[in-house]
Amino acid sequence: MVQPADPAKFTLTDARDAIRAKSISSRELTEACIGAIGAARSLNAFVTETPERAMEGAAEADARIAKGSARPLEGLPLAIKDLFCTKGVRTTAGSRMLDNFVPTYESTVTQNIWDAGAVLLGKTNMDEFAMGSSNETSFFGPVINPWRARGRNEDLVPGGSSGGSAASVAGDLCLAATGTDTGGSIRQPAAVTGTVGIKPTYGRCSRWGIIAFASSLDQAGPMTKTVADAALMLQVMAGHDPKDSTSVDIPVPDYSAGLEGSIKGLRVGIPKEYRIDGAPPEIDTLWAKGASWLKSQGAEIVDVSLPHTKYALPVYYIVAPAEASSNLARYDGVRFGHRTESPRDLLELYEKSRAEGFGREVKRRIIIGTYVLSSGYYDAYYVRAQKLRTLIAQDFTRAFEACDVLLTPSTPSAAFAVNSKTADPVSMYLNDVFTVTVNLAGLPGLSVPAGLSSEGLPLGLQVIGKAFDEATVLKAGRAIERAADFKHDVSRWWSTR
Amino acid sequence: MSTRKARPINGATGPWEIVIGMEVHAQVASNAKLFSGASTKFGAEPNANVSLVDAAMPGMLPVINRVAVEQAVRTGLGLKAQINLSSVFDRKNYFYPDLPAGYQISQYKQPIVGEGELVIDLEGGDSVHVGIERLHLEQDAGKSLHDQHPDYTYVDLNRAGVALMEIVSKPDMRSAEEAAGFLHKLRSILRYLGTCDGNMEEGSMRADVNVSVRRPGEALGTRCEIKNVNSVRFVGQAVEYEARRQVDVIEAGGTIRQETRLFDARLGETRPMRSKEEAHDYRYFPDPDLMPLVLDQARVDEIAATLPELPDEKKTRFIASGLSAYDAGVLVAERETADYFEEMIATGAEAKASANWLINEYFGRLNREGLTLADAPVSARANSQIVQMVTSNLISGKIAKDVLDIVWHERDADPMVVVEARGLRQVNDEGAIITAIEAVIAANPQKVEELKAKPKLAGWFVGQVMKQTGGKANPQSVNAILKKRLDISDEG
Repeated sequence: MVQPADPAKFTLTDARDAIRAKSISSRELTEACIGAIGAARSLNAFVTETPERAMEGAAEADARIAKGSARPLEGLPLAIKDLFCTKGVRTTAGSRMLDNFVPTYESTVTQNIWDAGAVLLGKTNMDEFAMGSSNETSFFGPVINPWRARGRNEDLVPGGSSGGSAASVAGDLCLAATGTDTGGSIRQPAAVTGTVGIKPTYGRCSRWGIIAFASSLDQAGPMTKTVADAALMLQVMAGHDPKDSTSVDIPVPDYSAGLEGSIKGLRVGIPKEYRIDGAPPEIDTLWAKGASWLKSQGAEIVDVSLPHTKYALPVYYIVAPAEASSNLARYDGVRFGHRTESPRDLLELYEKSRAEGFGREVKRRIIIGTYVLSSGYYDAYYVRAQKLRTLIAQDFTRAFEACDVLLTPSTPSAAFAVNSKTADPVSMYLNDVFTVTVNLAGLPGLSVPAGLSSEGLPLGLQVIGKAFDEATVLKAGRAIERAADFKHDVSRWWSTR
Repeated sequence: MSTRKARPINGATGPWEIVIGMEVHAQVASNAKLFSGASTKFGAEPNANVSLVDAAMPGMLPVINRVAVEQAVRTGLGLKAQINLSSVFDRKNYFYPDLPAGYQISQYKQPIVGEGELVIDLEGGDSVHVGIERLHLEQDAGKSLHDQHPDYTYVDLNRAGVALMEIVSKPDMRSAEEAAGFLHKLRSILRYLGTCDGNMEEGSMRADVNVSVRRPGEALGTRCEIKNVNSVRFVGQAVEYEARRQVDVIEAGGTIRQETRLFDARLGETRPMRSKEEAHDYRYFPDPDLMPLVLDQARVDEIAATLPELPDEKKTRFIASGLSAYDAGVLVAERETADYFEEMIATGAEAKASANWLINEYFGRLNREGLTLADAPVSARANSQIVQMVTSNLISGKIAKDVLDIVWHERDADPMVVVEARGLRQVNDEGAIITAIEAVIAANPQKVEELKAKPKLAGWFVGQVMKQTGGKANPQSVNAILKKRLDISDEG
């Protein structure tokens, strides 16, 4: 085991082992992370920091460790995306609407994490209601990517919507974080921050207590420094929850157990439709490299086709806003959240509370979603999108007859500059071109850092698996990680800011 | 089968036919709400029965209440309807403070129950078959309280999320009587099934009544929907008023606008509801938080096997046991009444005599005292004993009423014991009756003379003999012996 000088730089797995070996305490790990967070405020990765609670948690964990009753994540300090409701801790969804919202309940996934002994460092910044691919739609301001282009000091975005979690992991402000992924919100930020992120199969993790964006697509997952960390954390997060009717009651296998196993004979599909015009050539180059790494470890590379891929983004931008327009109707200024001052009447209470509480991107999607569900347009948009969604899912089913996992790029480009795409929503939406298909089909997808762009910025590869076959996805991801030997070291330029 | 009497409205320009369809919201009898575990108990403090799901807190998810689903299936079976093994919950989107999520979870395109049928019983024993279009499950909304504060509206979410069955009829009804009969019969069936308590005062059942008029044989007219009519009587009144109004409008050269109207029970009239700022577009779409509701045919069969005997079957059986259609109809209308009647039979009373006693004597008494069967003081067993004593000539019908009076006031009194203890047994002994008759004759020689010219005076003699015996003489015996003794012919 490697013991870094700075405990915040531990991987989750190494920290767990060190804690159990009593070579470090939870208190030391937690203090190091709190210190790192304090020094990194310029990254704006956190909406709410909870250092007191973290230290209390660390003390309890150390007591348990001393008694020899450590649980899987005992004493490990984590960051939680501010979309997970946390009991007694403000939960904003990155929105002014919920600026003052303190839940009286704990989401099932975070409860699972606390039950496994982890320590809460704070709630991470994110695109408002998880709508965005750059973390720039947050009411609390953009998050800055710890990575910078080689020789430059321009601020880059960390991707989104789980930008705060990605930046926290990449900047070693925490050992690992949670994210949620509706169209790529775990995998895209993971890819552009050089971290690992997995969106599990739809139904694998409970959605109960996670503020809904698009219910049929939302899924929680871990954002970590290594694939092994992702396996460890997903193990804790996953599981059936009777409180979520879409959660699936099938056993969760031991994700860590097979991680280092051979991929000999694994059939890896390369979907030709993921080669898109206008993408930087280095994306294709890295993709080919990834395939050759897997091949050299014994995998069999097969060409497959996912013919309806080109419809995925339009379908996504009908289905997700449609569901969001309904899911966000509860933010009406009546029971909780932002309420306008002295409305004249009920209509004005609604209009002004929502106009003031929601940001531009959220409003845009509510309007799109309302439109596609309206009478006269429903059949043309929503119904056709649902039919295409079925065809997209069938593409994967067919492809998986010929292969066990698919390999694709995670994103069409590396991290881009803050403010460079905010004026053009469509160019922003294109960031998710490789990831939305997976949400539409409900499949597991992993982004693993695989190399650097010509500017020295991280690029990720995506492994897509069959439903509930996260184990194979993680194993293939680990094989790429092993071959890529990605160095996720970033200089802490921000602490001098 | 349908023995319907046409009851057209006579307008100034000729007859008009009324066409009525109904949507009834019936609260599912269940301890918990449709998608949350919160209590459904009536009369709780405002907002006492509200879970995080009902209040639509962020991140909360609905989980279907299996009891409510089974109740809907049970109701569907009771309405002889198609049970859809796969149905879908949709969201009906609109903003209102008593609708916390901004949408109501309902079933739009694929309801849990499809087409069925209900038979309405009309006065005089006629019956009409009314088609059931569908039954679906949906959430109730909360309540906005506008009268608690001059400047604020308060919201009570106790009802928010309570499971409702919306039962939609086909437009098969043709008169106010049929409309009222439909609601009455539906309520009866739901109560038999135990799927809704049918308590209209507490809002457990509310009817929306669609009314249109047309010339007999012509195409359907434009309909108006009368919202939230909450009693059987009001349904009849609302239809009467609305149909007449429509006829008057059309005959005066106007046209009927499709609109939602309100029934004002105080004034007995309908009037348009405050028009909404804009037409609602509910943007229905399948609720992505819920999987399609899939039922197992075996489970449906199990539920079917536990259905109780319903009023129609019960009525047929009662008629077969000798009751008139009218009496059978009265007895089966409420399950409690039918059960009470059947307990009388089970404890030995004869059917026809029990029906007569209940309908002519006991129910009249309940009405006078303003009591229902459930809180009345006389048990079915006690009434059964009284009827049996009459049937076996142990007491007379007149004494039976006295016995009932005693048992009514002395709650636990046993009618047999009452009769014995107070010497109320009917006198059937001929000797005793003859003695009484002789005494009356001896005391009234003048009347005996008059009787020869006026045979109708025989009744006076019977009365005197009954008086003489304290009402206990068997009136038939008195009659027979008197006739023989005084030589009165039957033509008298």
